[in-house]
Amino acid sequence: MAEPSDPNAPWVNPAGVITVAVTAALFVFFLQYLPVIAGTGPVPWVWDWIPSLDIRLSFWLDGLSLMFALLITGIGTLVMLYAARYLAGHPQYNRFALYLFSFMLSMLGLVLADNLIALFVFWELTTFTSYLLIGFSHTDPKSRRNALQALLLTAAGGLALLAGFILIGITQGTFEMSQLNAAGSMAEHPAYLGILILVLLGAFTKSAQVPFHFWLPNAMAAPTPVSAYLHSATMVKAGVYLLARMHPSLSGSDVWVWVLTIFGAVTAVFASFMAVRQTDLKQTLAYTTLMALGTLVLFLAGSTGYAITAAMTFLLVHSLYKAGLFLVIGIVDHATGTRDANVLGGLARAMPITAAAAALSGLAMAGIPPFLGFIAKEVAYAGALEMALTGFVVIMALAAFALMFAVALIVAWKPFFGPQGDLPRKPHEGPWAMVLGPATLSVIGLAFGLMPGVAAYYLVEPAVAAVMGAPDTGGRLKLWAGFNLPLLLSLITFALGYVLYRFHLPLRERLAQIEARAPDLDAGWDRMLDRFMALAKGQTRIIQTGVLRHYLFATFTVLAIAMLVPLMLRPVGGVSLAFDGTSFLEWGIAALIAAGTILVVLTSSRITALVGLGVVGIGVALIFIVFSAPDVAITQLLVELLVVVLLAVALLKMPHLDANNSQKHRPHDAALAVVVGGLTAWVLLRVTDAPFDRRLTDFFEGASWTEAFGRNIVNVILVDFRTLDTFGEIAVVIVAALGAYALLKGGLKRGPEGEAAGKAEKERKE
Amino acid sequence: MNSIIFTAGARILVALLFVFSLFMLLRGHHLPGGGFIGGLLGAVAFIVYSLACGPAEAKAALRASPEGIAIVGLGIALLAGLVSFVFGDPFFTGQWYWVGGDSYETSLFSINSVLVFDIGVYLVVLGGILSLAFAVEEET
Repeated sequence: MAEPSDPNAPWVNPAGVITVAVTAALFVFFLQYLPVIAGTGPVPWVWDWIPSLDIRLSFWLDGLSLMFALLITGIGTLVMLYAARYLAGHPQYNRFALYLFSFMLSMLGLVLADNLIALFVFWELTTFTSYLLIGFSHTDPKSRRNALQALLLTAAGGLALLAGFILIGITQGTFEMSQLNAAGSMAEHPAYLGILILVLLGAFTKSAQVPFHFWLPNAMAAPTPVSAYLHSATMVKAGVYLLARMHPSLSGSDVWVWVLTIFGAVTAVFASFMAVRQTDLKQTLAYTTLMALGTLVLFLAGSTGYAITAAMTFLLVHSLYKAGLFLVIGIVDHATGTRDANVLGGLARAMPITAAAAALSGLAMAGIPPFLGFIAKEVAYAGALEMALTGFVVIMALAAFALMFAVALIVAWKPFFGPQGDLPRKPHEGPWAMVLGPATLSVIGLAFGLMPGVAAYYLVEPAVAAVMGAPDTGGRLKLWAGFNLPLLLSLITFALGYVLYRFHLPLRERLAQIEARAPDLDAGWDRMLDRFMALAKGQTRIIQTGVLRHYLFATFTVLAIAMLVPLMLRPVGGVSLAFDGTSFLEWGIAALIAAGTILVVLTSSRITALVGLGVVGIGVALIFIVFSAPDVAITQLLVELLVVVLLAVALLKMPHLDANNSQKHRPHDAALAVVVGGLTAWVLLRVTDAPFDRRLTDFFEGASWTEAFGRNIVNVILVDFRTLDTFGEIAVVIVAALGAYALLKGGLKRGPEGEAAGKAEKERKE
Repeated sequence: MNSIIFTAGARILVALLFVFSLFMLLRGHHLPGGGFIGGLLGAVAFIVYSLACGPAEAKAALRASPEGIAIVGLGIALLAGLVSFVFGDPFFTGQWYWVGGDSYETSLFSINSVLVFDIGVYLVVLGGILSLAFAVEEET
């Protein structure tokens, strides 16, 4: 990976200082809520956004979201500081800082949102910002490809999630998760299975459960600080967070237990084997993250105190040691120029602090007492013994934890204390800004292990209470819980883990052989994308002829059918035309419009036709003036003017209308035009026959001055009563203009100018 | 278009059109006009200028890129909506501040979020159309 960093480059710059300072301030802000949440319970923040549409911005701070918020801001601060040094002198560091900071904010929104739709928006924002981060080395095609893969896979899951949320909103009558959870499990509802499948699709793709796992190791194309942040504590845990957050309302069925247990367990064990298989230490860590995600999903399947406590404790432990280890690998990579497990060794002498941090994190990962990792493992075994499918869960957990023990030694022990390897560069200790992160995180992991009561009271128990939807009895986190089955299982884990470590080289070879024969999901993904592209190309060739006339013909045919079918199904009767009372002026305008139309139809010159169209437009504007709608008239007039000018400029380049061979289509066109015109006139006449509903008009006439202080009702409606609509429209104007701009600048030599301009104008007229 | 009369006349016409477009924007709340119409007129002014002197010179006269103007306009419109939160009102509630009085009748003039929103509309329409117009002209 080309990650330029000049050890002597200045690395303190405004972008770094601001992002680190703001994130640290947020961390302190959330820190002060620790005693509040632990003491008195959740804190809601509600903010009326658009009350008339019943949309409000609601946040909910309870034990679960607080734990996540602290991890996001705390690890975020350390990672941003680290990144400032890691990417020192990188020409695009400012951009990187912006991406990372935006990601941090999206993630924070995700864990704090109470409203499902708000949560979805933040969910997609994390997808989007992580795409930018994974593809940060955008000159590298592999990096771009992996970023796109992560984006497509998690966004596809996001769509399923949105569908699930909407189903929840329809069936339960609320989008607020606090209310949903208070109402208890929705397992009895007929739509439950559909909701569950859709939500799980979203959560499993985001949290990379098998078989959607392959994007995560590929996402290691990102710079190491990104991996440390996104792939340890934050983004990939979003799916786990969602399952935990919705546990009270979605659990409580056999499907929940079975699906989560099986997917979680399979992911955990598969990923542990894959972790041993890798030689690139960053890839190893990526797979151990996968293992952790699987384990978390596995324990969220349960509903007992121990199972949930296991999930929450392991979540905390894993975030701390995994972020630390990723950062350590970054320092090692930085200092030695390699991440190969076969080469690295004996670094402890050259980089003692990093080695100490790695050792502490590694011991937490291996689950050795007195680290919090040990307690997490004990609780996990206790939880496993209480869960459904006990035998399966215990065996899978044992396998995963034993492999983790071996991997911890491979990652955190061997490079520093193992035999000296042949390194590309002479190793040196990392700069303080980079060492601070892993050192802090590993010490916290040790401190929590020595004082499990503190971690339990402030972090784990409030989180467990939030997931269980009931106050937690607590008292499960103990460094010494006596001689019991979990302790025995722990001892077996250590023994098995050590054996696996001793024989990890032959095991790795064997795994590589198996992997070579197994189906490759990653390559399958590429094949699927290729097929999609081929399909898109094929249907584009058929549908998009590139001839404007065909498009217009199709559009107007559809329009004619759309008007004709309802008229046939529900006959509305004929219309009568009454011309008495039509003034001379109105007859004149009608004649003008008719003359313009005839000119357009008969001429063989494009410019003449354009002038004819202009005459028609001005005639319409005159009608608006006669019926006293000056605003509409002025707009119409200006738009007509612009259309004529723009088209005239474009037409200068186009060939003359061909008088010889292009006449064949004119009879069809004429017939279609008559049908569409006749139907439109019919519908309009029928509509205006009905008595005019003056309620809105009366309201606006009355309220425009008294409530909005404006005498021009049209303008008051646009900028005050219906501002949100106008805002949507001007956004459309921008999208249309940028789209047309892209078409024109995109190297299309002829054809679409008129179409693009006309379309944008049409948008504008509304 | 190489017409000396048009080029010379365009300079005066453009200035007049542009001032007129601002006039239409500002009077819009009470009389025909507003952001849409003002923006269209402003765009017409610059299109006339670019027809007379070429898109390059018109762009230089505009000083900022039309796409940028449009996006800034959208941002201003959004700000006009967000400002209502400061006063505890729902999104896009019009905010009025009366200078020299406490109602429309007694005050000299007002500062309000509605006009800010309209200015946003003006910039979006101006920028949107001009980005399109310049692209078409440069293409040909």
